[in-house]
Amino acid sequence: MTAVAEAPAKVGEVPSFEVTLKVLRYLPDESGSPTVAHWDEFRVQAHGTDRVLDALHQVKWQQDGSLTFRRSCAHGVCGSDAMRINGRNRLACKTLLKDLDISKPITVEPIKGLPVIKDLVVDMEPFFASYREIMPFLITTGNEPTKERLQSATQRERFDDTTKCILCAACTSSCPVFWTDGQYFGPAAIVNAHRFIFDSRDEGGAQRLEILNDKEGVWRCRTTFNCTEACPRGIEVTKAIQEVKRAMITRAF
Amino acid sequence: MTLVADPKAPRPPRGGPGRRTTRGNTELYGWIFMRASGVLLLVLIFGHLFVNLVAGDGVKAIDFGFVAGKWASPFWQVWDLLMLWLAMIHGTNGVRTIINDYAERDGTRLVLKGLLYLAFAVVVILGTLVIFTFDPCPAGSPADLLPSFCTA
Ligand code: HEM
Ligand code: SF4
Ligand code: FES
Repeated sequence: MTAVAEAPAKVGEVPSFEVTLKVLRYLPDESGSPTVAHWDEFRVQAHGTDRVLDALHQVKWQQDGSLTFRRSCAHGVCGSDAMRINGRNRLACKTLLKDLDISKPITVEPIKGLPVIKDLVVDMEPFFASYREIMPFLITTGNEPTKERLQSATQRERFDDTTKCILCAACTSSCPVFWTDGQYFGPAAIVNAHRFIFDSRDEGGAQRLEILNDKEGVWRCRTTFNCTEACPRGIEVTKAIQEVKRAMITRAF
Repeated sequence: MTLVADPKAPRPPRGGPGRRTTRGNTELYGWIFMRASGVLLLVLIFGHLFVNLVAGDGVKAIDFGFVAGKWASPFWQVWDLLMLWLAMIHGTNGVRTIINDYAERDGTRLVLKGLLYLAFAVVVILGTLVIFTFDPCPAGSPADLLPSFCTA
């Protein structure tokens, strides 16, 4: 790290340093012929409060406008900017540069297992297809109540963890089983099924369990905990998967 | 390629090449079997290792007579048969999982699984035959190599 020597530093001043971003670039050929991805390095002047996303912005806005990535909220809410930073899936907007090893280039790659469209942008459609398949909406029978569907605090607590998902795909694209052929439903779909299966107001639990009791469903999970480690929302993803497995076993016997 | 998500929900069961619905309890039973057989194998394997290598004269006692003596008893026949079958089904199912997790092409999967199931069949059939057709007192063998209960 090359700290900029502007001694004496003023009290409360944010330290500033230079970092190298090593970004995996991919640009498909106009003619559709295959292109090879390659690494580009960028030097960026950053502050202690800057995140990887800020560094990517600097590159895009001041050095190379062709660098392509998704971001929307820039505050860890929308789930647009999951990427592989130093080999781990994180949100660029929630990863402070100062928390990484800035003495070495910081590698930034697209998340794995989904088709890359350009640079850090992947085709999320297979991911959302699995999400849609588990029916991520309230399923009820009978007449609509005239007031809210009441639920006790304990009943709400049962699935609180899995309500926090922002569908960033960090978990699914960190899973080695998903990498192989992309057929596995993936942790995110199971997390979002869990959110309804364990909701006392929902009546579609059995259907969702049936959907996930698939050759490509929960039983492909090998409990590697990559998903739990990747989740930027701190959801205990592997635990949620195990709870869905247990619900299936109790249903089967 | 459509880059914009098609907002229809629920999505019908995945169609298209190579993606049929594959629901059912098969993988569920497989998952439970791995754990149940694992627990049993723990007892069977360590029991086997203890009796063969530690108990009595330990490893020095193992010879034809020792093995023949064990297989003359229905208890050890059942023990070894159970160990053989459970370990083979457990191990084969485990390797099947690994092939599913690592082999990317359908052709590779087919070949690897074919070899796996062939190996399974050979070992299980041969092993089972050995356990049940084993002759502890082959005629014309020197008596000092045979178990004590062999006469003449
Ligand atoms: C000593 C007692 C044993 C126990 C407690 C045990 C337990 C287990 C369990 C629970 C799994 C499932 C892992 C998962 O679903 O992720 C497993 C997988 C496996 N077992 Fe065993 N096992 C034992 C013995 C054996 C033996 C004797 C063999 C070889 C014949 C074997 C071969 C395998 C293989 C190849 C896998 C797949 C690896 C994987 O899924 O990660 N195991 N074992
Ligand atoms: S569970 Fe976590 S890592 Fe997975 S999609 Fe939801 S927020 Fe992202
Ligand atoms: S940009 Fe919205 S989560 Fe990072």
